[in-house]
Amino acid sequence: MTAAIAEAIETERPLPVEQSGGRRAALRAGLDQLARKPVFLIAVLYVVFVLVSAFWPTLFTAHGPYDTNPGSAALAPSPDHLFGTDIYGRDLWTRVLYGSPLTIKATLIALSIAVVAGLALGIVSGFFGGLTDSLLMRFVDVLLAIPGLLLALSIVTALGYGTVAVAVAVGVGIVPGFARTTRAEVLKVKTLPYVEAARAGGASWTRVLLRHILPNSWGPVAVLAVLDAGVAIIAIASLSFLGFGAAPPAAEWGTLIADGRNYLITSWWLSLLPGLFVALLVLSLNHISKTLQELTR
Amino acid sequence: MTRYVLGRIAQAVIVLWAAYTLTFAILFLLPSDPMELQLAAAGVQPDSLSAEQVAAIKHQFGLDQSIWAQYWHHLSGVVRGDFGTSLTQQVPVSDLLSQRIGQTLLLSVSAAVVSLVAGSALAYLATFARWNPLRVLLTRLPALGASFPQFFVALFAIQFFSFQLGWFPATGTQGFASLIMPVLTISVLTSSVLAQVLIKSFDETLSQAYITTARAKGLSRSAVHLRHALRNAALPALTILGVIVGLTVTSSIVTETVFTRDGVGKLAQEAVLAQDVPVVLAVVTVAATIFVLVNLVVDLLYPLLDPRISHTRGRPSGRPVAVVEGATL
Amino acid sequence: MTLVDIRGLDVGYVRHRTIQPAVSGLDLTVAQGEVVAIVGESGSGKTTTASALIGLLPANGRITAGSAKVDGVETAGARERTLRGLRGSVVGLIPQDPMVGLNPTQRVGAQIAEAVRLRGIAGPAAAAEALSFLEQAGVSEPDLRAQQYPHELSGGLRQRVLIAIALAGRPKLIIADEPTSALDVTVQKRILDHLGGLVRDQGISLLIITHDLAVAAERADRVVVMRHGRKVEEGDPQALLNTPRQPYTRQLVAASPRLEPRFRTATPQTPAPILTLTEVSKTFAVNDRRRGRRGFNALDKVSVEVPRGQTHALVGESGCGKTTTLRIALGLETATSGSVVLDGTGISGLSWNRLRPLRRKAQLVHQDPFATLDPKFTVRQSVTEPLVSFRVGDRRTREARARELLDQVALPASYLDRLPRELSGGQRQRVAIARALALEPELIMLDEPVSALDVLVQEQILTLLAELQQALGLSYLFVSHDLSVVARISHTVSVLSEGRVVEQGPVAEVFTQPQSPYTKELINAIPGRSLDAA
Repeated sequence: MTAAIAEAIETERPLPVEQSGGRRAALRAGLDQLARKPVFLIAVLYVVFVLVSAFWPTLFTAHGPYDTNPGSAALAPSPDHLFGTDIYGRDLWTRVLYGSPLTIKATLIALSIAVVAGLALGIVSGFFGGLTDSLLMRFVDVLLAIPGLLLALSIVTALGYGTVAVAVAVGVGIVPGFARTTRAEVLKVKTLPYVEAARAGGASWTRVLLRHILPNSWGPVAVLAVLDAGVAIIAIASLSFLGFGAAPPAAEWGTLIADGRNYLITSWWLSLLPGLFVALLVLSLNHISKTLQELTR
Repeated sequence: MTRYVLGRIAQAVIVLWAAYTLTFAILFLLPSDPMELQLAAAGVQPDSLSAEQVAAIKHQFGLDQSIWAQYWHHLSGVVRGDFGTSLTQQVPVSDLLSQRIGQTLLLSVSAAVVSLVAGSALAYLATFARWNPLRVLLTRLPALGASFPQFFVALFAIQFFSFQLGWFPATGTQGFASLIMPVLTISVLTSSVLAQVLIKSFDETLSQAYITTARAKGLSRSAVHLRHALRNAALPALTILGVIVGLTVTSSIVTETVFTRDGVGKLAQEAVLAQDVPVVLAVVTVAATIFVLVNLVVDLLYPLLDPRISHTRGRPSGRPVAVVEGATL
Repeated sequence: MTLVDIRGLDVGYVRHRTIQPAVSGLDLTVAQGEVVAIVGESGSGKTTTASALIGLLPANGRITAGSAKVDGVETAGARERTLRGLRGSVVGLIPQDPMVGLNPTQRVGAQIAEAVRLRGIAGPAAAAEALSFLEQAGVSEPDLRAQQYPHELSGGLRQRVLIAIALAGRPKLIIADEPTSALDVTVQKRILDHLGGLVRDQGISLLIITHDLAVAAERADRVVVMRHGRKVEEGDPQALLNTPRQPYTRQLVAASPRLEPRFRTATPQTPAPILTLTEVSKTFAVNDRRRGRRGFNALDKVSVEVPRGQTHALVGESGCGKTTTLRIALGLETATSGSVVLDGTGISGLSWNRLRPLRRKAQLVHQDPFATLDPKFTVRQSVTEPLVSFRVGDRRTREARARELLDQVALPASYLDRLPRELSGGQRQRVAIARALALEPELIMLDEPVSALDVLVQEQILTLLAELQQALGLSYLFVSHDLSVVARISHTVSVLSEGRVVEQGPVAEVFTQPQSPYTKELINAIPGRSLDAA
């Protein structure tokens, strides 16, 4: 008997007979626990706000993103212009909200690439093991040897600029880490007694993979996916900040911040407020990911 | 022992070669017409050229050869330290690199050192602070540091320390003062990454049974931490040293661009903007070399520091990538 | 003189801002030179009591009332400095699991010398004294061992190093927290004997924390039984065993099979075997770069028969090959040579698909109740999974079967919707048994099915298994390291050591008249033997 088992017995709390328990009750208990974490709720609300304001920006602003107004150029933040205005008198808050869909789209593309390719690599590698595993993991090692941003830059060089190219580049950069985590989870679950019990009960490998290994590996992988959404947002913003994003006048967050850079000394808000907007989003995603991780542990 | 060392070196060389090949494949196989791309990079309109001129240029850049011949040409050049000729600046890439790499190495190494010190100190304080609110605050801090995009940190630093306080120059490569803000900008990210890994490692170590044994001997708190927890907690963190150094190198791209420093990072940014393929390939190769070298050193040192790992078997390959993942790229 | 004086002690753990009591109203004394044992199941508060005494409660542990004086010093509410003064020099601790109790990156000699140095002895003198403590703890070649790292030592040696560390502070009291439950029985006996001798010679008090009534009764001057954080009964071991006053103690005594060996008598003529392993060998390839790839013989010509409708046990210490045998019998592992015949069909060399129909005849119950059920599956899903895999019945008949199965393992039907984490260890093991029964197999392979459970729950599961065998005519292949459990449930037994069968036969015969020296040693190591003789 191992120490882990002994400890588990020490902390187990079986439900009293009169309570029914079950999946719904477990879900409710989990949600209950989350609802009691105010910071987590704020983080979720902020992410929801960013998503909603990206697709219905008119709910949150009366201005248009391209409405120039020389009379109100370079105004500091005020209740009328939350983030101030740029040198053409355009409302910065509005421009940030209208820039959201581009960045969100890029993030979703990047994340889809990372999740699909990473999951596929990780599952195939962890599940089949042996030579397949060695080959795939050596490939992942090679990908990891090229620092992520540089790998992304090479892809951008080859594909040219634009939101999609940047998204693809960032997505590919995330794949190796994702593949490793998935593989580690699959390997861990694969050797557990309940998988063996299912096998002994006559279940095919396909059934074991779909019903046991995937559902039980999914937790940490999903947590990582949320975390990687934050990573992708930073990377996409960085690439568009460096000038590889969408062509003007369309403005991703990174582009807005880069544009404001030239007026830092006179109009600091042009760079810093959109930057803060992005940073808060990433921070929220990190916090959500961390809370979920603690919950699933 | 010798066998282990040679094996690790061979492995590192193979990984490096594969990384180079992969980057070459991305850069030379993905674009629809390398000729057009490279001409555009050189600032020439393809339409304005006669067939002979096109052929001549193709020959100049080696594009009339098969992809294998080009690959072989480039690879054999790299082995000799020749990275080809920059398309935009018409000078050997190795010259560009050697002019600028000093700046970047200075920046990266300083940032790596600062992050090692700051990250370890933060992790140590966050784990061993006695006052609970302080401990909670310090534990949350790295997540904050890893959430701010580097360009934001850099711009904030310029606005605050240069424009408001006037302490440091906002841009430039001259002197020690100009180095401080770039180093701090990079360190915010890398020390956060390191601290996150270390805090987790400390946490796990302190819950081990041998810590209870040590405390039961009647050792003081600090003796338990220094003699028993520190080494065991630091060992797994050692494996992400390569990631940390790699991160300081890639961070130089954004940092040097914002602070207008003439280093390899800014060279990379300009090269990508101009689609100057040989320069991009060279920068990626150099960065991958640094990453692989640091990992090789860690691999070779690890068995000396951890008695459980013998030189014959090597260390387990379970690097804590997942934790690092949150801030890389 | 009393060394430990606990009065009305309440200890609790803070969880979600409320204090959950772990120990309440405990009175306990330990006199100088006395050996006291605290016996209890998991959650009884025995380990909490020990941690409170040495001031090593977890961060969320609180002493909420009462007093616990050690050597005249109050530990309840004491400052860290006071507690540190007690640790090592007044109270020494031998922790639970020797495999993880030593710092992996420090030589063991240094770890002992560290404790010596705390007494003010410096430099080489400390190292020399460390060696003498290693010797006292029964380690041969102490100067060689002192230079080694923990991973280079066996579990038994590591436990002795931990004993040396506890001795090194020259304490007045040693707390041994389940000191040997992670070790094989023969090693366990040697170490406990040695420890007992040491403390008596040096006049050190010993507080043994254990789940095993036999271990406690055999070695202590006084036994304290705890349950749910309270003291149930206390007294002289013989009196406690022979005339327990409390119903709980009576239950415990009855459930400790080692105290009253009851053999199941095999029927005069053994029925035909349902499973026959003939000269099965298994060689694992071990990757060792110094010596290249070489074979490691896990099994060497093992022949085993399971009689139909009866229980055959495989006994042995860890690493003897008993689990490998079981896995080969189940077709989860292939034998290097030899044959496996299940109900007249040879299974060695069969592919997974050819083997599949045979799965309906033989099923498995795993050792660890916490990993044997998929945490995402409800009890219903777990129990009916084999039916789904083999496409037996439809939704409705499966539901009916699930209820029937739960009824067979004495769980209410309302548990069908529960998730594994809402069940206790014993309940999970019942679900695992129900799952194994789903396909109406003829043979069930039980891999240490009760070794992770508390003794009372063990008793219930063993009774359930016996009843099921009776009612359904099942055959069992039962793997265990615990001879007393084997004696209780099996008809015939094979004793394994280092991949070989050293002895085989009806359980009553093997256990009462063992032929091989190894079996004799195993039987002698069963705790509680000396009590039976007394």
